Amino acid sequence: MKIAVCVKQVPDSAARLVAIDGKANWGDSPLVINPWDEYAVEAALQQAEAHNGSVTAITIGGEGSKEALKHALAMGCSEAIQISDTGLSQADSQVISRILAAAIQKLGDVDLAFLGRQAIDTDTGLAAAQTARLLGWPALTLVSIISSVDPTTRTIQVVRSAEEGRFTVSAKLPAVLSIVKDFGEPRYPSFMGIRKASRAVIPVWSLADLGLGVVQANISWLEVLNTPQRQISTEMITGGNPEEIAGTLADKILAEKIL
Amino acid sequence: MNKVWVYIDQFKGSALPTSWEGISAAKLLAGQYGGGVTVVIFGKNVESIATEAFHYGADEVLLADDASLDDYRAEPYTALLAKLARESTPEVILFPTTTRGRELAAMAAIDLNTGVMPDVIGLEVSDGSLLATRPIYAGKLLSKVTCLTRPQLVTLRGRAFAKPAPDASHTGTVVKVSPVMSEADVLTKVESYAAGEAGVSLSDASVIVSGGRGVSNNPSLTPPAGMDEKQAEIWKAQQGFKLIGDLALVLHAAVGASRAAVDAGYIPYSHQVGQTGKVVTPDLYIACGISGAIQHQAGMRTSKVIVAINRDPEAPIFKLARYGVVGDLYAIIPALTEAFRKRLGK
Repeated sequence: MKIAVCVKQVPDSAARLVAIDGKANWGDSPLVINPWDEYAVEAALQQAEAHNGSVTAITIGGEGSKEALKHALAMGCSEAIQISDTGLSQADSQVISRILAAAIQKLGDVDLAFLGRQAIDTDTGLAAAQTARLLGWPALTLVSIISSVDPTTRTIQVVRSAEEGRFTVSAKLPAVLSIVKDFGEPRYPSFMGIRKASRAVIPVWSLADLGLGVVQANISWLEVLNTPQRQISTEMITGGNPEEIAGTLADKILAEKIL
Repeated sequence: MNKVWVYIDQFKGSALPTSWEGISAAKLLAGQYGGGVTVVIFGKNVESIATEAFHYGADEVLLADDASLDDYRAEPYTALLAKLARESTPEVILFPTTTRGRELAAMAAIDLNTGVMPDVIGLEVSDGSLLATRPIYAGKLLSKVTCLTRPQLVTLRGRAFAKPAPDASHTGTVVKVSPVMSEADVLTKVESYAAGEAGVSLSDASVIVSGGRGVSNNPSLTPPAGMDEKQAEIWKAQQGFKLIGDLALVLHAAVGASRAAVDAGYIPYSHQVGQTGKVVTPDLYIACGISGAIQHQAGMRTSKVIVAINRDPEAPIFKLARYGVVGDLYAIIPALTEAFRKRLGK
């Protein structure tokens, strides 16, 4: 079974973000693999192990984005591909999805493609569904359990999360899946994996390699802004006993007229 | 046909309430684009939602009521929405940022070769184009985006726009439309459904009571015999979350949690508030035993009034809080539940 997993390099979730000149800045915070993508890598590796398959990790981005691929390799992916092109500075989710779909097609005979539910930088959560649509494959988004995959009958059954609860959905292979945290904790990179990843030579594909010309973004990012400063004066509530504190606090909250 | 459309997300014949917020936003835009508001409803036995849509201010409803649309599936829903949009060329389609709303917008954008602006909290029209404000980095920053193509697809964050006041006398026209995919061409099938936990959902909640790592910190509780250290910790935390649940019940609130509490196994992930959980904007957020890591702050900092209860007076959560209590949540929360019960007459 041939499996692809798409990953992205993002600022660490603990980063303090500041908008400077309309752009996001994260200072000297480290860049890491998008935390949601680690669940996607875990799910991909589990399927590869169950079906004697291999996992190729794909990323789009400049030299720094190789680190996300190395993390995926260290977790156990067998190959990695970086897609880099000077024409990619203004990519929206649709551009990213077109590139991912083209890369998955170029890999050939992919049965399952995995993505994280969203990237913690742009927070759009669109790429899995859009990549699936472009490939013409079923989109199984927000998957918490992969109940069965049958390469012979070319079917898959998963449990997806939505507002009302959990939905068991079956679909035809190939399919695109996005994975949520309920799936289970991703494995840590192994020592051997880290050594292997550090020596890996990662091929770089351009848009031309994917048979794509200029891919036009439909969304234009005008600027990035800091959130409005909130003036908060904290009032500490004290009292002789919990009942007195609770009574004062309840009165203060009710006076806010929000209940 | 009107230039501004609103997609209503429904489940088993009931509209998700957050969908109606789209009509408020649409009314503002329709003032600029001219015309009224068209509401789009797909499903099976969904005619009553059309009536409801008129009460909330829709002028026209595009209604597809068909067995093949009974369960939401992306393929037939996307194909139908894209066909309708190609025929009638709306300027804007608004969706609620629900699981289905986001997915449908994403896929319809591919069919229509247009852009999606997801999770939008503010909209204005400038020279015929939307300028949308949306949080990025879990709300640590905001971005302003615009869509260069038509229709402009937008998903609205829950509670960013007010729900319109219903007017039972308001009516409009229903246009019935038919699905475009036959069942045989649909690659997915919903086999079964299991309801989630009962209770108020975090995304819709106007009040949230959240617990953190500190919820297990009650030295005076004695766990049942035979538990190992980890089991005892989880047991203690569950006693703490029971108290939080009692307070939530009185306030008609949802129960939230920090990532630390979820990762420690105190409560399921569906309750997690923060950068890798849900981003929420309630009117009142009561943080109990939550220190306030930056990832948690990202998920709740835009709450209108924040209350923090924590043993540690140095906890960063107090910097966000309008009201703070330094003390033992095991004593404060039950007293607070009782205080509200009395004052709210419950």
